[in-house]
Amino acid sequence: MNKKILIVDDEPNIVISLEFLMKKEGFEVAVAADGDEAMAKVASFDPDLILLDVMMPKKSGFEVCEALRANPPRPDLLIVMLTAKGRDTEVAKGLAIGADAYVTKPFSTKDLVVRVKGMLGVA
Amino acid sequence: MKAKHRFVVAVVVLGLLMTGPFVVTSLLVWLDMKDAERQLLTELLLSRLPVGTMMTVFGFVLGVLVLHYLFKQYVEGLLRMAETLRLMLGANRNFRVKIDGPPEVQQLARAANDLAQQRDELMDDVDAQVAKAKASVEEEKNRLAALMSELAQAVVVCNLDGRILLYNNRARLQFKALAQGPTSVAGGALIGLGRSIFSILEKNQVQHAQEVILQRLAAGKSAMSNFITTTRSGQLLRAQMVPVLAATGSDGETAMSGYVLTVENITRSLEQEARRDQALHSLTEGSRSALGSIRAAVTNLIDYPDMEQELRERFVKVVDDEAAKMSQRLDVTMAEFSDSMKTRWPLEDILGIDIILAAQRRIDDRLKLPSKTEEIEDALWIKADSYSLVFALVFLASKLQDHYEPRELRFRLTSEGKLAYLDLIWAGPAMSSETFYTWEMESMQVGSDTSPLSLRDMIDRHGGEIWYQREKAAHRAFFRFVLPVAMPEVLHEEDERKRGSGRPEYYDFDLFKYSDDSIDLDRKLSDLTYTVFDTETTGLEPSNGDEIIQVGAARIVNNRLLRQEVFNQIVDPERPLRPEGIPIHGITEDMVRGQPTIDTVLPAFHQFCEDTVLIAHNAAFDMRFLQLKEARTGIRFSQPVLDTLLLSAVVHPNQESHKLDVILERLGIEIGKRHNALEDALATGEVFLKLVPLLANQGIVTVRQALEASEKTFYARVKY
Repeated sequence: MNKKILIVDDEPNIVISLEFLMKKEGFEVAVAADGDEAMAKVASFDPDLILLDVMMPKKSGFEVCEALRANPPRPDLLIVMLTAKGRDTEVAKGLAIGADAYVTKPFSTKDLVVRVKGMLGVA
Repeated sequence: MKAKHRFVVAVVVLGLLMTGPFVVTSLLVWLDMKDAERQLLTELLLSRLPVGTMMTVFGFVLGVLVLHYLFKQYVEGLLRMAETLRLMLGANRNFRVKIDGPPEVQQLARAANDLAQQRDELMDDVDAQVAKAKASVEEEKNRLAALMSELAQAVVVCNLDGRILLYNNRARLQFKALAQGPTSVAGGALIGLGRSIFSILEKNQVQHAQEVILQRLAAGKSAMSNFITTTRSGQLLRAQMVPVLAATGSDGETAMSGYVLTVENITRSLEQEARRDQALHSLTEGSRSALGSIRAAVTNLIDYPDMEQELRERFVKVVDDEAAKMSQRLDVTMAEFSDSMKTRWPLEDILGIDIILAAQRRIDDRLKLPSKTEEIEDALWIKADSYSLVFALVFLASKLQDHYEPRELRFRLTSEGKLAYLDLIWAGPAMSSETFYTWEMESMQVGSDTSPLSLRDMIDRHGGEIWYQREKAAHRAFFRFVLPVAMPEVLHEEDERKRGSGRPEYYDFDLFKYSDDSIDLDRKLSDLTYTVFDTETTGLEPSNGDEIIQVGAARIVNNRLLRQEVFNQIVDPERPLRPEGIPIHGITEDMVRGQPTIDTVLPAFHQFCEDTVLIAHNAAFDMRFLQLKEARTGIRFSQPVLDTLLLSAVVHPNQESHKLDVILERLGIEIGKRHNALEDALATGEVFLKLVPLLANQGIVTVRQALEASEKTFYARVKY
């Protein structure tokens, strides 16, 4: 069965590329545009990995991450945070509250794919 | 024993010496003799007794005369000399002992006179030294004060009680800018000699800094302390404190007698820094998302060249979209923050015309090239590093001279919005833009003077631009410097300079010893702090609705009238002015409209007068106006009030008039303008200072005595 990835970002311009790419790589993909929708999609879609943007309306990526870690829907859920904030302090915060990886925009999509595949254990 | 008594004793002793041995010898011989011999002797002696007695008496008188002569010469002569010496010692230094009497006494007198001479020379020398030392101290003080007043930093010197002994112009401007609330009317009265620094800075912080310094001093470390404080108006100040040390005792130990505060208002620079941060942030982090989207889209386009047309178009649109967003963000950020990004180089506010005048002088001096000015906005301030700007102008002039030999140069200064245009114009052939480009890039040089900067560097530092432009119709060309326009900080600086004669009175080191600020009526008149004030009113009858329209005041501290520490405020009387009054006070309806009312001005004035004795000419009149406002404003002027009209009457009771003008003339005080509250207050202050020594001649030294004397003349005048 294909691994499932949930993309959470309020900027459609990045979502379109990520969605396209991840589908091409053979993942099953769902998209959420804000924190609340993300929480709902986690429950309904049950992803293996979440690409989670930090800066979003309603609920920030940090909050979503914290909520998911406090009340995990499944123990092996992977969270990759995507952010436009490049400060060390924010990277540290993201990892501290339970993100498995932290990627700063702009990033190389190839690297991201390699990383995601590595985390999910698919060749 | 007195000299007279000793003389009597000496006479008695002389008598005894002359008669004693004879009488005793006779008695012994008499006792040894037989009766017959005694009889014979008696007969022999009795017949010759008158001769013997006469001889004895004669000898005695002679002896007394000699004794008297010696007494006169040596005893009384020396006593006189002693008196003279005492006189020389005390009352009259120039007195000398008269040389007479016997040679020994004369020698003594000469020796004493020589000694006195030597002493006089020494004393003169000491006096001269003292005078010299005093003069040099005074000179140093003045030099220090001059130096301080020109410093670009705000400096305040205080004694340990926090009283201000010295402040410079910068400090005054800075604190003036801080003043809010009632003190902001009339330019803020917060800073002043003898006033407390704690009205500006937080007392606890200042005292904490003081303690830190004392601790460091005790530990033998270099003493300095920094703190950041917030003013009541919410401004951020960074203060640095260093101690003023006074040597005490013989062991050379130093004690802190006061401190120097350098104060910097960092609100603006912090704001600027924050804005710069914000700009940077908006440019970096704001670009990350957009760049992220572009990069991902572009990678997809490259990696999947055979994707469907529709999808490809969407990716291209993403790139287009985000690129447009980024450009827009860049524009907005630059527009918003360009000012704060440029201000890293220290530029000063300077009148454009001053730059041009300096450049003209230098060009004439160095290049012998005449120059004229054309259209000049003479009130235009620009932000510039004047040295490098003038250097650049001279550099361009010398280049022009070398290449095109213009007969003369012209300057033009205009402005458009936030930009000032400084043009250097010459008539001559067209130059190529390549030439100008090389001029722009080479290091500037005029004769032997070189600058490490190029014209381009210089203009970049100003955040400005420069270009070459032709005026074809006029057959001439110009270089245009575009520079930022500055908002000058203080505009009324100049009339203050006019008001103050000579050097500003921003310091008073005698205040180092001054601490008590309460008004003690038994203190000397010359020791107290005063506020001289005057009001202009709509008319002469306060009870009939006449109102105050101007309050002017100045302070007298340590017997000096401080022309810089003034209160000058026009007041809206909330009623129409009387037309007949306007020529007198020169205040028109237009001037009072929009001014604060007495409800705002009176509290501020009250604060300005705090802890001082009030002085006014015909004070009763002004006080009446102030007192009528007591009920409405709740402000009471309860301090003692001296009236120069009454004091003048005390000093010159036989003069007919005690009008201010007449007194000014009588006391030889020259005042230019009058009949403006501030000018009149200043005049009154001058009068008071002249009256103080005259009052002292009459034994009137303290405030209490002055008040009592005033009261007496007041009643005396009322009686007539």
